[in-house]
Amino acid sequence: MSALTQYIDLYRQSRAEISAGSAGALNALRPAALEALEGCRLPDRSDEGFEKTSIDAMFAPDFGVNINRIALPCDVASAFKCGVPNVSSLLAVLVNDRFVPTAPLLKNLPDGVTVMSLAKAAELYPDIVSRHYGSVASLKSPGTALNTLLAQDGVFIRIGRGVRLDKPIQIVTLSSAPVPMLTVRRMLIIAEPGSEATILTCDHAMTPDIPSLASQVVEVIAGEGARIDICDIEESAAKSSRYSQLYARQEAGSDLAIGSMTLRNGSTRNEFSVNICGPRCESRISGMAIGSAAQHIDNSSNITHGAPRSRSNQLFKYVLDDKSTGAFEGSIEVTPDAPFTEAFQTDRNILASPDARMHTKPQLLIYNDDVKCSHGATTGQLDEQALFYMRSRGIPLDEARMMLMQAFMTEVVDTIRVEALRDRLRHLVERRLAGLDASCSECSAGCKSE
Amino acid sequence: MDPEISKDTNSIIDDVTNADYKYGFTSDIDTEVIPKGLSEDVVRLISLKKGEPDWLLDFRLKAFRHWLTLTPPRWAHLNIPDIDFQDISYYAAPKSKEAPKSLDEVDPELLRTFDRLGIPLEEQKQLSGMAVDAVMDSVSVKTTHRAKLAEMGIIFCSFSEAVREHPDLVRKYLGSVVSYRDNFYAALNSAVFSDGSFVYIPKGVRCPMELSTYFRINATGTGQFERTLIVADDDAYVSYLEGCTAPMRDENQLHAAIVEIIVENHAEVKYSTVQNWYAGDAEGRGGVYNFVTKRGLCRGAGAKLSWTQVETGSAITWKYPSCVLAGEGARGEFYSVAVTRHRQQADTGTKMIHLAPRTTSVIVSKGISAGHSENSYRGLVKVAPNAADCRNYTQCDSLLLGSSCGAHTFPYVDVMNDTAIVEHEATTSKISEDQLFYCNQRGIPTDEAVGLIVNGYAKEVMNKLPMEFAVEAQRLLQISLEGSIG
Amino acid sequence: MKELLKVTDLHASIADKEILKGINLTVNRGEVHAIMGPNGSGKSTLSAVLAGNPAFTVTSGSATFHGLDLLSMPPENRSHEGLFLSFQYPVEIPGVSMVNFMRAAVNAKRKYFGEQPMPAAEFLKLMREKRAVVELDNKLASRSVNEGFSGGEKKRNEIFQMAVLEPCLSILDETDSGLDIDALRIVAEGVNKLKTPDNATIVITHYQRLLDYIKPDIVHILYKGRIVYTGGPELALELEEKGYDWIKNQVDKEA
Repeated sequence: MSALTQYIDLYRQSRAEISAGSAGALNALRPAALEALEGCRLPDRSDEGFEKTSIDAMFAPDFGVNINRIALPCDVASAFKCGVPNVSSLLAVLVNDRFVPTAPLLKNLPDGVTVMSLAKAAELYPDIVSRHYGSVASLKSPGTALNTLLAQDGVFIRIGRGVRLDKPIQIVTLSSAPVPMLTVRRMLIIAEPGSEATILTCDHAMTPDIPSLASQVVEVIAGEGARIDICDIEESAAKSSRYSQLYARQEAGSDLAIGSMTLRNGSTRNEFSVNICGPRCESRISGMAIGSAAQHIDNSSNITHGAPRSRSNQLFKYVLDDKSTGAFEGSIEVTPDAPFTEAFQTDRNILASPDARMHTKPQLLIYNDDVKCSHGATTGQLDEQALFYMRSRGIPLDEARMMLMQAFMTEVVDTIRVEALRDRLRHLVERRLAGLDASCSECSAGCKSE
Repeated sequence: MDPEISKDTNSIIDDVTNADYKYGFTSDIDTEVIPKGLSEDVVRLISLKKGEPDWLLDFRLKAFRHWLTLTPPRWAHLNIPDIDFQDISYYAAPKSKEAPKSLDEVDPELLRTFDRLGIPLEEQKQLSGMAVDAVMDSVSVKTTHRAKLAEMGIIFCSFSEAVREHPDLVRKYLGSVVSYRDNFYAALNSAVFSDGSFVYIPKGVRCPMELSTYFRINATGTGQFERTLIVADDDAYVSYLEGCTAPMRDENQLHAAIVEIIVENHAEVKYSTVQNWYAGDAEGRGGVYNFVTKRGLCRGAGAKLSWTQVETGSAITWKYPSCVLAGEGARGEFYSVAVTRHRQQADTGTKMIHLAPRTTSVIVSKGISAGHSENSYRGLVKVAPNAADCRNYTQCDSLLLGSSCGAHTFPYVDVMNDTAIVEHEATTSKISEDQLFYCNQRGIPTDEAVGLIVNGYAKEVMNKLPMEFAVEAQRLLQISLEGSIG
Repeated sequence: MKELLKVTDLHASIADKEILKGINLTVNRGEVHAIMGPNGSGKSTLSAVLAGNPAFTVTSGSATFHGLDLLSMPPENRSHEGLFLSFQYPVEIPGVSMVNFMRAAVNAKRKYFGEQPMPAAEFLKLMREKRAVVELDNKLASRSVNEGFSGGEKKRNEIFQMAVLEPCLSILDETDSGLDIDALRIVAEGVNKLKTPDNATIVITHYQRLLDYIKPDIVHILYKGRIVYTGGPELALELEEKGYDWIKNQVDKEA
């Protein structure tokens, strides 16, 4: 029996409760989602593109779903620990799928910017939400259809036309539950034409000893000339599983940079699918994964060029230690409508232990002859020559290895455009590589608690 | 770009990618064809016609029964029309009472056919020092230079003959690299294969000449299912060439072959293919469906297997010549040029399976797409947990001529050992206007320049072909892309 | 103690191929040795083995470095104890800045000798001072190690690192290769500035050219993994004049 059945049954039994705990635009899509799931199953390892991660197995355990939206106890104050120090941000917290704003957010939010509960936004701005909700995410993906079927809330972010936000918006997602639970959450990010913003999301497990699963669908609409940076950091726990799907649509001249960092987790599958719909866009997806113990990190990244004269770059790097496993599948698709495309993709991986495993599948699908496209993938070890060179200058082997790993990841960190954030992330990576708990709770000491 | 030049360039690229197929004649040869359709009775009939021993019939029947449980693979980036496997005749043979003992007994029309293909079967004409096995439709017609090879203990004969003369060898190795359970088309071939070539190089022997098989589908409404088995014993060496052509017909013809190669300690096998099956016309009518399973097992330490292929023909190509590197320090190589034009589709590449320590592999794939064709590279590099210190380097380049074609790259890399170094690089490009202009300025017309640039682009692979073949392969590239017939 | 390095019957191989076939060499404080020899004679292997490159295996012989058993030490400790190798091909390390690289090196050495890390201000001052020795551009210091450096910049960077680490034995492996005459002069002047009665230098080179700038006291000729000739500075001039063939012929005839 497919793992999907239990969730469809749940929906059929609890349709009223699910709708009651949500709002119009979200409820409106459920029938279509149900129809899309008809005769479907969640992908498993026999499916092309899921060779190393079975979504079916991820969803198979009998997780609870908090459809009645009981407020679970969570020390939200402790979430401040994640206030990536030295970065002054507009902070909100998502406890499972429940939106909790903070005082500074409410106080400092500039005109033209909305950051709120998605369900609440669907009540306040029904036109905007129903126009965009589900407009980028594809119900053809069973994972997205399931998310659409069950999602009751999440985050709504809108950056108004021409608004330039200088402070990052930070969303800290906390999974917190006394029993094994599936969290279904949704994010809708609308960057109106000419707007600029940086959005940082951090994923943490507050109840690390209890298995948890998150189904997350993020929709990003980058309007004409908008410039949006989205950075997602996962620092959960060994018992956390996550299936995250990010869909983005880019209009003419927009500039989208997505960063993804998996530092601590259990089993993660991230999908990025960016559709370039207007000419002269810039698009970048950068990812890093640092795996140790039994971490499993699977990233699947696609950029489709559907309009001319755009440039895209995908960069993914993994360092895998112990028994950790990594998978990367990336593709560049250039349609006949996208001449003068420049698209590049790089995947570099380091296996640091005999039991670590890496699977990579970088792909090109090109239907246009006026393009510059390339990809490169390597899996190997730290450069022996560089190690010897460093040792010959007196740097001990362990330290030399550490420095080389940090240097290896620098390329990814450097794609973060907000300087303060970049420095902060570099520090997190250094701590993580040093084997220290990178967790923000460690660095909370220096943290402001406004 | 100047619109005039652009128009000019485009029309020339059209011209050069629309050259005709020169091997498209049919031969009027008396052929015995069994009725269309596939059943256990047909499998028995094929075996009976070939006078096979029971163990081989059993092998065929097992394969057939397994085939019934399978469906055709769908994962390739190909649009394969549904094939009615009951609408194909599974056995066609040039009619003759017995196998010819000398050239005088061979049907003169058949000799003329191979002459037109540029393959002289008369041994006195052989200056190139190449031994040839010619397979027309399902049956091996003539193998040359056998006596000379036999002196060295080399066996080079048709598969049917090997079953009769060397049953122990065939039985030992048949299906040992490509099991009938391997895939849909491997099962089909195992059930109905008709003929093919068998090569055995004994210990320490370097085969002094290129061994070569030419395949031709002539009869209408038939499929060709040949099987090649090559065994290189310890320290042996052989270079083997395979060429294929088919007449132009409006219908599609099915070719589902199996090649199995066993390479023992420190032996080396070079396998080169120039595949020029009929590709169908500009609208995509007709052409051969080329669904082939080729795999070599480098069983011995230091064994080396090198695949080189120049693929210009077939309506649809589905093939992944592979190396299983099971012996310590074994090496696998794959060099490929695949040209697609009109409505051709190719999904081809290789698998390098590193099972033993210190094994190395190299993959160089050059795809050239024109017209409305689809050209995909699909490859797997796998390093097993116990295979320490392995290395792979992969380079996949795609060249697009025109904007209605597609070029795709699907590499799969699976590393399960932390001492492995695996590198993959791929680029997609078109012939640059700068290059064309530079050639023009030096007085080289655009059509010639395109041919020049494409040949330069493919050179790395072409250089790997044996001399005798390289000339033909270069000519083939010219025919495919330069428009100069002959 | 006058004796700084004593190498006795040193054999070393790479991938089971023996390159060094019994090297004997003694270097005293205050001396400049030149090791010359035709390509492939084992010059770079000797420097790599002395610095402890794990790619090579020492099969027999010994080397003492101011009384310590050099061959038993990991490469970083050889560095701390004052052995410096200027690489023929300095390694590029993308993503590691020169500043971080040198700070790690300096502080590792201090830690080895039980000292506290160098305060940042002091370290920056040290870098500034030492850069002047080889006229190294400040910009290079902020770049990744050797990445995008020209051939001359890489070699100057090597001498800069030598100045910072203040070794007692410097091995300059083909430091002149790929340098134009100006760069050669700057590098050689840097080396000469760092020379004291207490330290020693081994200059490995194919040509006499560098020896016009760094005057050797003793010249060795290495051929087929052995030192086949040892003489004074005049030996280098003789080689320059006659080439290596007369040595080769003589040695091959004896063998």
